[in-house]
Amino acid sequence: MTDLSQNTHNTSASPHDEQVLLQLTGLKKTYDQTEVLKDINLDIKHGEFLTLLGPSGCGKTTLLRLIAGFEQPNAGAIYLDGIQMAGLPADKRPVNTVFQQYALFPHMSVAQNVAYGLKLKKVPKDEIQRRVSEMLAMVQLEHLANRKPQDLSGGQQQRVAIARAVINRPKLLLLDEPLSALDHKLRLQMQSELKRLQRELGITFVFVTHDQEEALSMSDRIAVMKDGTFQQIGTPIEIYETPANLFTAKFIGETNLFRAEVKGVYPDQPDRDGKVTNGRIEVEVCEAQAQEGPTTLRNLRRPNFANDVQVGDIVNLLLRPEDLRIYDPKDNEHSGLLGRVIESNYKGSTLDSIIELANGHIIKASEFFDEDDPSFDYKLNEGVKVSWVDGWEWVLPEDSETVPDITVQKDGS
Amino acid sequence: MARNHLGSKSPFRTATLWLIWGWLLIFALLPNILVIAVSFLTRDSSAFISLPVSIDSYVRMIDPLYFEVFVHSLWMAGITTIICLLLGYPFAWLVSRVKVRWQPLLMLLLILPFWTNSLVRTYALKLLFANNGLINKLLLAIGVIDTPIDILYTQGAVIAGLTYLLFPFMVLPLYAVFTDLRNDMLLASQDLGATRTQTFWHVVLPLTTPGIISGVLLVLLPAMGMFYVADILGGSRNLLVGNIIKNQFLDARDWPFGAAASVLLTLAMAVLLLAYRASSRRIGKTDFNEVA
Repeated sequence: MTDLSQNTHNTSASPHDEQVLLQLTGLKKTYDQTEVLKDINLDIKHGEFLTLLGPSGCGKTTLLRLIAGFEQPNAGAIYLDGIQMAGLPADKRPVNTVFQQYALFPHMSVAQNVAYGLKLKKVPKDEIQRRVSEMLAMVQLEHLANRKPQDLSGGQQQRVAIARAVINRPKLLLLDEPLSALDHKLRLQMQSELKRLQRELGITFVFVTHDQEEALSMSDRIAVMKDGTFQQIGTPIEIYETPANLFTAKFIGETNLFRAEVKGVYPDQPDRDGKVTNGRIEVEVCEAQAQEGPTTLRNLRRPNFANDVQVGDIVNLLLRPEDLRIYDPKDNEHSGLLGRVIESNYKGSTLDSIIELANGHIIKASEFFDEDDPSFDYKLNEGVKVSWVDGWEWVLPEDSETVPDITVQKDGS
Repeated sequence: MARNHLGSKSPFRTATLWLIWGWLLIFALLPNILVIAVSFLTRDSSAFISLPVSIDSYVRMIDPLYFEVFVHSLWMAGITTIICLLLGYPFAWLVSRVKVRWQPLLMLLLILPFWTNSLVRTYALKLLFANNGLINKLLLAIGVIDTPIDILYTQGAVIAGLTYLLFPFMVLPLYAVFTDLRNDMLLASQDLGATRTQTFWHVVLPLTTPGIISGVLLVLLPAMGMFYVADILGGSRNLLVGNIIKNQFLDARDWPFGAAASVLLTLAMAVLLLAYRASSRRIGKTDFNEVA
């Protein structure tokens, strides 16, 4: 622990993009004997937009409240710029929060709401006035300065809430599902506005949401949570393309899962030049085993857990709908899984099909619409053959529902 | 809203409106007009009231004899209100912060005394306060005092009685504003750097002011009118405005003067109501719920 604090003390001397602003180590929180947070460890860098993503009850809001200081952890440390925050109340932390319901003071005008934090700090009146009008200009609300918050629209209230928090120049801005009360269109607009504000202000954001699309489109990094633990921490691309476990895979985006039996394991081989060729595994998809006729083995990239995989084991192959290819069942060039189309939805740029495989397994495929092919569509119950390009799959061990395997991220820190 | 559901010309809507207006007219407006009218008439020994119109009754209220009663009455009611507020405010706050399933029980305990007639409860207080009452016996037994102290027929007894009877009326509106007070308001204030004391003055107090005013409204004016409390516990020196009104109507048979005293109470009520409206408009209570 002492090591950690010294380390962060050094880094805080010269703030730099890659340096750690907030460091959580071994955080635990228990309510009535229920462990809401179990051993949370996380580093957040200066200027980062980090999203805590997870279903309701996963502990993301509790974690935010611990960082804000509304609750104190049962164990663990919270270092902000190298200074221990655990134990300090919220009013003593250089951290501000945007609340889910905004929590604007109804008895104060918009300007008074925004000025509140500065007034408490006894900032001179003329400076308060200057900074408030600056802030209101930034969120484009100068013209509403004297209104009461309850006379404003949801989106405007949202911006007042952000202005009221940000004017205090916090080292860290916490946002608790701030967009969930807005309608879809306004939400998209506020997403890009939040990104703009974050860029302009250079403040580190910790954003809580249960909306995976929101998380993917806004964040520098996402921490996926379930049952009080991190399932995976990584960039949106890492989280989407290389989920650490089945929970993350299913929670983020749409996923098709195929079970497959391992038929061969080939480790990494250094070739003559000393370069390492990636190892491979050979699998037989279980769905294909049920089909008549010869089955083809699939030759896949060797997954990072391959050391624990033996011939005869079952692995999960994970394929996003856009990774699947659909062929004519009579097409003999491609091997694949036979099925029939039970639903087909034209989405403009894509054609989304729901396909029932021979064994009843239902999968979803999403193909780019081919303008040159006027007959590009499926009839209901039309037989199809489903396949993918080897190497586009992502392989997970059979039982990885709860195993938090964060080794996937290539985080050097 | 009603237009959407019922249609502006639906017979039900028309009937309901007539009923409400009729009720208010006959049972609220008319009696008040009568009282005001009577207050400007002259006393008559056989018919109670007679012409000519005069403002004598109001002029008489400046008479030191009555003026003193008014001031003393306002003083006792004021002290009662302050005690009720000082006890009721933290009480209402605590009740609103306990687990939701306990709150109905606590509020039931608060209004349970209403099930016993307040006159009976006032007599019960008399038994407690008397020279050979429970309180004196207890104090004698512990040896705090050698001779019984005078509790009954003092100003303190009247104030205690009024506080006891009116305390729930202070708590109920306060409880209502405290349950409306969203916890994230307090968190937001703390988050922006406010200590607990600062949050109280800048956020909690302004947001609960409507409750304070309506509590004061429900305690102060009734306190000045509860003549039987003064009769039973106060003796002859601790009179309330209510005693004057009652005496003028029942004993002195001076209806105009009694009516004038009553009008004065109503006016005081109106002033407080206006203050209440102003404060709840200030925190935008009316349209706040629509947005949230």
